[in-house]
Amino acid sequence: MRYAIPLIIFLIIAGFLASRLRGGYDPHIIPSVLINKPAPEFQLPELRNPERTFSPKQLRGKVWLLNVWGSWCFACREEHPFLIEIAKSGAVPIYGLDWKDKRDDALATLDELGDPYAANVFDADGRVAIDYGVTGAPETYLIDKNGVIRYKEVGQLTPENMRDKILPLVKELNK
Amino acid sequence: MKQLMLMLVILCSLPLSTLAKEAKSISDDPELEKRVMALSEELRCLVCQNETLAGSHADLAADLRQEIRQQMKAGKTDKEIVAFLTERYGDFILYNPPVSRRTYLLWFGPFILLGGGLFAFYRYIRRRRELISEQPLSAAERKRAEELLRTNPEKEPA
Repeated sequence: MRYAIPLIIFLIIAGFLASRLRGGYDPHIIPSVLINKPAPEFQLPELRNPERTFSPKQLRGKVWLLNVWGSWCFACREEHPFLIEIAKSGAVPIYGLDWKDKRDDALATLDELGDPYAANVFDADGRVAIDYGVTGAPETYLIDKNGVIRYKEVGQLTPENMRDKILPLVKELNK
Repeated sequence: MKQLMLMLVILCSLPLSTLAKEAKSISDDPELEKRVMALSEELRCLVCQNETLAGSHADLAADLRQEIRQQMKAGKTDKEIVAFLTERYGDFILYNPPVSRRTYLLWFGPFILLGGGLFAFYRYIRRRRELISEQPLSAAERKRAEELLRTNPEKEPA
């Protein structure tokens, strides 16, 4: 009995620490406060045709993904082949937000790895990324027909999170 | 020896000088810069989460400081700027989060622990006091004590 209380306290602390170490808990994933809020409006030049601008308004009535990336971002490079796969499948269009990048570097990356994006916007100073609460790249937003953010994936899109979370939502939102 | 000291001084000041370079003020208005830094001290860098926005070298932190700087230039109050940031990044960005149902444990947890500790301490003290409380000697004990006191201390067996 004398040792029961310290033992119980120890087990509680150990259990808490173990739960945080296992189970894929990542303190860098900060839940987005923008879920179910309108996607912030912006108007930015496109990456390929700087004289043309892009605004989320143009995509009203469509379900689409906004993928934050940059040629400097290694994880985005890793994610890239899977984005191409998604684009090929035609499940949902991907628009890119090229974040704090150099135009030439971004274009070179797309030439090298292929271009999965329906269009890319060029956010050189990261101002739009702040509006979207971007904390790192890659991050992907799922935006519905009314321009409302319905989901955010912090980190890479993978066959798993695509199958389990994004595609079911896309299907539902396209109804 | 002198050279060694000099080298030590240089070595110690090196990281500091690079730090100063990174955190150099972008605007030439020292008053504004002071305000930017004061507010940034209250905000968490979202990339290196144990650093403040003021102390972080992360790109995003620099962008956010720039955003704060511009909003201050535009005449926004600190409160408005904090609201702007929490609308985008959530309470997570605040080192001083508001008291809400989600943060009750954060705010009151330490006091609960303190209360538990004080209670345990109180109980321990009480039990100890009971254990060493004075009990009157029985007649036999008193007699033995008197005998012991009467014996010559020098002859007392060790």
